[in-house]
Amino acid sequence: MTDDAPSTDDAPHLDADIPAPVSGEGYDEPSSVGTSRGLVIETSEGAQELFPRTQTQPDELRREAGAVLRLPEGVVVNADDIDIEQTDDETMIINMGPQHPSTHGVLRLMIELDGETVLRTKPIIGYLHTGMEKTAEELTYVQGSTNVTRMDYLSPLHNELVLSLAVEELLGIEMPARADWIRMLLVELNRVSSHLMWMATNGMDHASTSMMIYGFREREMILAFFEKTTGLRMNHNFIRPGGTAADLPDGWEDDVTVICDTVMPRLDEYDELLTGQPLFRRRSEGVGNLSAEEALALSLTGPLLRSTGVPWDLRRTMPYLRYDEVEFDVIVGTFGDNFDRYSIRLNEIRESIRIIRQVVDKMPAGDYRVQDKKVTPPPRGRIDESMEALIHHFKVFTEGFRVPEGEVYVAVESPRGELGCYLVSDGSPKPYRMHIRGPSFVNLQALPLMMRGGLLADAVVVCSSVDPVMGEVDR
Amino acid sequence: MTTGTEGETTSGAPVPGASGGSSARRQRGGAPEIRFPARAQYAEVVTALRDDGFETCADLCGVDYLTHPGRTLPDGVAPERFEVVVNLLSLSQVRRVRVRVQVPADDAEVPTLFDLYPGTEAMEREAYDLFGIVFTGHPDMTRILLPEDWEGHPLRKDYGVGRVPVQFKAAPGPR
Repeated sequence: MTDDAPSTDDAPHLDADIPAPVSGEGYDEPSSVGTSRGLVIETSEGAQELFPRTQTQPDELRREAGAVLRLPEGVVVNADDIDIEQTDDETMIINMGPQHPSTHGVLRLMIELDGETVLRTKPIIGYLHTGMEKTAEELTYVQGSTNVTRMDYLSPLHNELVLSLAVEELLGIEMPARADWIRMLLVELNRVSSHLMWMATNGMDHASTSMMIYGFREREMILAFFEKTTGLRMNHNFIRPGGTAADLPDGWEDDVTVICDTVMPRLDEYDELLTGQPLFRRRSEGVGNLSAEEALALSLTGPLLRSTGVPWDLRRTMPYLRYDEVEFDVIVGTFGDNFDRYSIRLNEIRESIRIIRQVVDKMPAGDYRVQDKKVTPPPRGRIDESMEALIHHFKVFTEGFRVPEGEVYVAVESPRGELGCYLVSDGSPKPYRMHIRGPSFVNLQALPLMMRGGLLADAVVVCSSVDPVMGEVDR
Repeated sequence: MTTGTEGETTSGAPVPGASGGSSARRQRGGAPEIRFPARAQYAEVVTALRDDGFETCADLCGVDYLTHPGRTLPDGVAPERFEVVVNLLSLSQVRRVRVRVQVPADDAEVPTLFDLYPGTEAMEREAYDLFGIVFTGHPDMTRILLPEDWEGHPLRKDYGVGRVPVQFKAAPGPR
């Protein structure tokens, strides 16, 4: 930037609330170096100014906070339009993704670079759009959970849970206690496996291949338990409207205890491997900072919001299932940087295991699904004996059950944040409208803000710390 | 920049008003609070709610009521084809409010909430993409999930599902 002629468009920025320089000369005189106006640094090309954040115009802040680089693709942005700390006119737009190992799926980022500094970022999504909300309108409520379970494929049970809770809310049925506790057990195990997966991929993004292997190793134990319980490693379709598909297998307490006893000490190993490691800390501390105000304005939830110090966890603040009957801590951060988000997820695994141990202790006897033959199928044995049971079975699996007219919004705390389901019923066996509020979809909006001003090398880890699952983003 | 983070603060029960009591049906207990503003008052109502302490907009979506016109609405609310449903969340008061605004089909436009809640940016684009509801004043009213050159808005009820012939399906028929 040259300073021989003070550009007119700089003037409003400065005139706003900064007292005019005493010297009476133009602002950009070298004499103003070191004054309280901001950081003006003399370079070989003249004075370069870095105005304090308070100088940023509200419009500019909004754009930065919400719509950075929300421009049609390929339009090169006029450098003068968005000029806060930009140093020269030579910016470059590069693409990262959609086929890139570090974008955790088919996320594409358009990144505007000034040298190695990221100026603006535009996440481009839709590469995995499969129209699940449209599909849901063609499926009955019974079939619905097999559809939604494919959204967030790292925490499928949460997807099933939120749909089931919404349907049950519309039906107005009460779950047996055991169904609630089984759901809690599975959902918390799923949170552990999802966070372990995150630890693994985040480690990989920090070039720690050991963490990659360890994370997958521990996750495998949980998936093996899921396979034993639900029959599938992913996409379980196990939590259904009206309860769960089956009871827990014999000896589940032992399996779960082994998982807890194995994962807990291994978490300490991860602590040793990553938390205390200088390289990891330097790459994560102070990178991708967020403030609580920004997080709330951008509707962020989950670890992103908690990393800024807001203790908001739906399990605690708006308890569903039986979360008000177990003890756990809500983990919050302080600085809203990558390291906070890492610590939060690491410690949430510990809290989840704490919950799982309590569930094992408290698991009540009883039914694993509601005994309402209009909603859940009768036991297999009854079909041979009872004509009515046969009819109920047939009706549930062909026509499905009818849900009273109405609309409901239910939200649960998935590993990524608030997973919501807005369900509209017109009284038929199929949802009139099912909308899923995917936490990854909303959280992705924070990327431009978190990456701004950082280095390109940090883009990968910032993206990783948002933990987007593209299946849920694109739905 | 921040140095020396010690992020793993654990906090016991920091949020006030966590609904205690295990007897009453948790969280979902109680009738949800729903507002039905007219389209002209939509922005005002949401602004008032934000000033009331609803810090964040949890969700925004559209609904097409083309084939379900007889839905129950309170008196004085004339049903229109589209509805924009906004779920606001107050962290300080631990409650949610739902704002449902009717949008006519021939003039499917509502003002954007972007100025109030920048987080609605992607959600409004999604509603535009899938329903064709235009949010006036939005900084970038373009498709978000579908390709730029896509025709139609798939979540509309009159969208032609199955009209595009695909391989190995000779005669696409109604489902």
